[in-house]
Amino acid sequence: MAKRVLLIEDEPNIIEAISFILSRDGWTVHTHEDGETAIAKVNAFPPDLIILDVMLSGRSGFDILRDLRAQDITATTPVMMLTARGQAKDRDLAKRLGANHFMTKPFSNAEVRDNVRALMEA
Amino acid sequence: MVTFNILVAVALLYVAVLFGVAFYAERRAALGFGGWLHSPIVYTLSLSIYCTAWTFYGAVGYAARSGVEFVTIYLGPTLVMVGWWWVLRRLVRIGRSQRITSIADLISSRFGKSTSLGVIVTLLAVVATTPYIALQLQSVTLSFAVFSNAGGQAWGHEELNGAAIVVAIGLATFTVFFGTRNLDANERHHGIVMAIAVEAVVKLVALLAVGIFVVWGIAGGPAQMLQQIDASPISHWEQDGSRWIGLIFVSGAAFICLPRMFQVLVVENVDERHLNIAGWAFPTYLFLMSLFVVPIAVVGLNLMPAGANPDLFVLTIPLSQGRDGLAMVSFLGGFSSATSMVIVSTIALSTMVSNHIVLPVWLSAHKGQGAKVSGDVRSVILRSRRISIAAVLTLGYLYYRISGGGTALAAIGLVSFSGVVQIFPVLLGGIFWRGATRIGAAMGLLTGFAVWGWTLFLPSFGDGAIISHAAMQHGPFGIVWLRPDALFGIDGMDPLVHGIMWSMILNTLVFFIGSIFSFPTPLERLQGAQFVNVFDYSVGSARWRSSVAGAEDLLIMSQRILGGNEAQALFQREAKSQGKAGYLPDVTSDFIERLERELAGSVGAATAHAMIGQLTEGSSVSVEDLIAVADEAAQILEYSNRLEAKSAEQEQTARALRDANEKLTALSVQKDAFLSQISHELRTPMTSIRSFSEILRDGETTAAQQGHYAGIIHDETLRLTRLLDDLLDLSVLANGQVTLQDQNGNLRDLIDRAVDVAGGDGDGMRILRDRSGENFVLHTDLDRLGQVFINLITNARKYCDAKSPMLKIKVGLVAGQHVVDFIDNGTGIQVGNQQMIFEKFSRVADQSKAGGAGLGLAICREIMQRLGGQISYLPGQGGAAFRVVLPNNKPLSNQ
Amino acid sequence: MTGRNPQGVFLERRAYHKRRMRDLARAVPIIGAVLISIPLLWPQGDDGVTNSTAIVYVFGVWIVLIALAALISRVVQSDEPPAAPAEER
Repeated sequence: MAKRVLLIEDEPNIIEAISFILSRDGWTVHTHEDGETAIAKVNAFPPDLIILDVMLSGRSGFDILRDLRAQDITATTPVMMLTARGQAKDRDLAKRLGANHFMTKPFSNAEVRDNVRALMEA
Repeated sequence: MVTFNILVAVALLYVAVLFGVAFYAERRAALGFGGWLHSPIVYTLSLSIYCTAWTFYGAVGYAARSGVEFVTIYLGPTLVMVGWWWVLRRLVRIGRSQRITSIADLISSRFGKSTSLGVIVTLLAVVATTPYIALQLQSVTLSFAVFSNAGGQAWGHEELNGAAIVVAIGLATFTVFFGTRNLDANERHHGIVMAIAVEAVVKLVALLAVGIFVVWGIAGGPAQMLQQIDASPISHWEQDGSRWIGLIFVSGAAFICLPRMFQVLVVENVDERHLNIAGWAFPTYLFLMSLFVVPIAVVGLNLMPAGANPDLFVLTIPLSQGRDGLAMVSFLGGFSSATSMVIVSTIALSTMVSNHIVLPVWLSAHKGQGAKVSGDVRSVILRSRRISIAAVLTLGYLYYRISGGGTALAAIGLVSFSGVVQIFPVLLGGIFWRGATRIGAAMGLLTGFAVWGWTLFLPSFGDGAIISHAAMQHGPFGIVWLRPDALFGIDGMDPLVHGIMWSMILNTLVFFIGSIFSFPTPLERLQGAQFVNVFDYSVGSARWRSSVAGAEDLLIMSQRILGGNEAQALFQREAKSQGKAGYLPDVTSDFIERLERELAGSVGAATAHAMIGQLTEGSSVSVEDLIAVADEAAQILEYSNRLEAKSAEQEQTARALRDANEKLTALSVQKDAFLSQISHELRTPMTSIRSFSEILRDGETTAAQQGHYAGIIHDETLRLTRLLDDLLDLSVLANGQVTLQDQNGNLRDLIDRAVDVAGGDGDGMRILRDRSGENFVLHTDLDRLGQVFINLITNARKYCDAKSPMLKIKVGLVAGQHVVDFIDNGTGIQVGNQQMIFEKFSRVADQSKAGGAGLGLAICREIMQRLGGQISYLPGQGGAAFRVVLPNNKPLSNQ
Repeated sequence: MTGRNPQGVFLERRAYHKRRMRDLARAVPIIGAVLISIPLLWPQGDDGVTNSTAIVYVFGVWIVLIALAALISRVVQSDEPPAAPAEER
């Protein structure tokens, strides 16, 4: 059975791009746009991997990550963070909060695919 | 012979002249040329509304019946005027410093801004004044009847009633027109004051003319006149001492307490120094008004057939001598006396009724309904005043009809006086005695009112009319010591003196005892100190605790009362004096206090206090506040004025510095945020572009997918371009490198275009416009101005979060400049962000959904500055509201 | 001889005069009330004072009051600060 990825991101075009890349690689991709209800979505349907954008409406990706790490069910789920701001302090914060990987937009499609594969094999 | 028709024509012409005078005075005052309106002469003449038709016609009749006693009615006011240093000076100062709008307002304000006292005084005034108005209607109709009888047409009841109705309607029209044109903050009516000043001259001239004709034309000179007097039925001094003293007292006290007199003495007073002149000038007026009264009466008694009504000698003597012109002048004098009294009385009463009865009821019915339309309270007040004016005149007319217009009515003058005099003890106590309390005042007033009603008012309808004959003779239910004309068994007094004496004694006693045994609220004590010590310090009032009410809430409320432009100007002025830009000053306790007074000038102290109280709930005056005020007052006495001014200056500088610092800090934070924002805005479209171009390059897609993905890439490229355009636009504007292309164009067309570009009317948001107001030509860079409009409409479309979004585009003229307001019905922008939204790089926190980079308003501001106009946030409109002040460029006429 | 500042003396005298005028301002209505009450002492009826006399008296008092008030108004200005508290009481 295909592994499940949950993509939490609010730019429709980027959602479409990542979904296309990962489906092509054999993943089942679920998407969610709103920051505030993201945790509920995760818990209702625990994924194998989470891709999480930093700038979301309603709630920041960092806050969501902190909560994910604080609850047992997702404490070890691999999380890859995306940001368009690209500042070093964002990267540090993500690492400190327990992100497994951090990617700056724009990215190459191969980069996304390879990082997701690497995270699942680890 | 003067025909009746000529008389009516002259009366109408006279009324037209008065209209003209009032209109002209209002115009001059509005244009700021009202210098001569503010002369002490006009003030003195306006006081002459004391002399009503009752004194113009009735004084002669009075003298014919009772000799010299009539002068008491003039002597009382004379003593009050020459003694202005005692009471009037104090009243006028209090009236000005507390923005008093009526005598009911004075009493209410003094006793802790009490609503109930306002109601009591208002009711008392209405009851006591109505018969008096009826009396004026009667005198005017009777004077018409005299001419008609002289012309051979005897008037019956029907004609009299008809004339009374016409007069009442005419008076109501005039008063509504000039008395409620607007809500002046100080309740001053320049047009009316000027009109009654003219009427004052007319009635004085009329009475003097008749008097001179009688003394020199008929009697043959002063010496012969005095001989005639001594040969007449009223030859000797036969004066009841108690009436002499009692009437002087009542007329003097009524001079202050009558609502209409309070209106002209205190409310319409524009300069305290006028009292100084009026102090001798008005007694002179009264002197001249009474000089010829006895001569006219004596000549009338000699000349006219027995049984002729002496109340009309002023008219009938000239007529009987064939002096039609003189009779006409005399008619105009009486007409003036009646009309000026009725006009001012109804204004005073309507102010009281609307401020102390209608408005409190309306407010409690609409309690807690939050922000309403700007000016809604104001329109309620104006409407209620207009209705009150009509109602008061209707009451007067009904009274005239019911009482039958007979002699019973003539006696009511003094009864009416003694009714309003019931306010006198509370008034004096209120301004001289700090210990007077609200409870004492209410008890005293009610007692006085009741005693007056029982001993004077109800019996005045006639024996058996309201109080049964048996009760008059033997007391109610046989209780002898409660007989209306012999309270406590003290029999044989003059009924009028009896009523005045008992009502005054009991009123004062109850007021005094009630005050001593009740404890005042802090607000009462504060107001008491303010009133009694008005000359020591005219500063400091009930302290509102600051920062409880938001400036925006206060603005919303003020707009409801004063109307949008006035309230905004007031707040802007206040903010400026604090050294701040925009419409929202810091809410200091000083500011709230000033605001309350400003509002009190329109709606009365009690209502203004209650309305501000609603916003600053739970922050009424405490004992600590009282102590704070006492300390402050002491400090003010200690420090020199210069020191005070200096500290105010320092405070202003400090405030400006604090503001600047806050702004800088916020800006630097925002600048960082903007850089990462710009990064985000650039990288997001680039991500999609890169991703999809790679997908297309990989070539594993269907033709449909290819088209779709190419479309996305295209869209995202446009988004990038737009962002770069904005950035460039802003930097060009900010560096002043832009060249403006001014041209002439119609504002309406410009807004039409902007609405179209921004998505049109309907389609998710309704746009309300005032198309006729937009129809004028302007000369500016229309493309740039259009860009601003488009931005504002687009913003409203994006951010307005109402269920059915609506945008109102309103064109107006503020301080001589055209403005266009864009007001939506969403939740608006929080006070803290209202200044910041125009800064470059700023973004209100939760805007991400809209996808702008936060440059639109910054660009708008730059554009408006380049064009010589202005854009600002307009708080307190119920939604987000932006005001664009159009550049002041005149269209070139030769184009 | 009168010192180097004769104006000082003059001003003081004026200020003093003004205060007394204020006293007069307060007294006028009282004077008026007394004068106007005097007719109550006159004999009444046919053997008493004639009304022509009464009229001359009343209007005479009236003129005196007006004259006093006019005199005061020339000296006293109401917009001046009130007399010092000690004077006020």
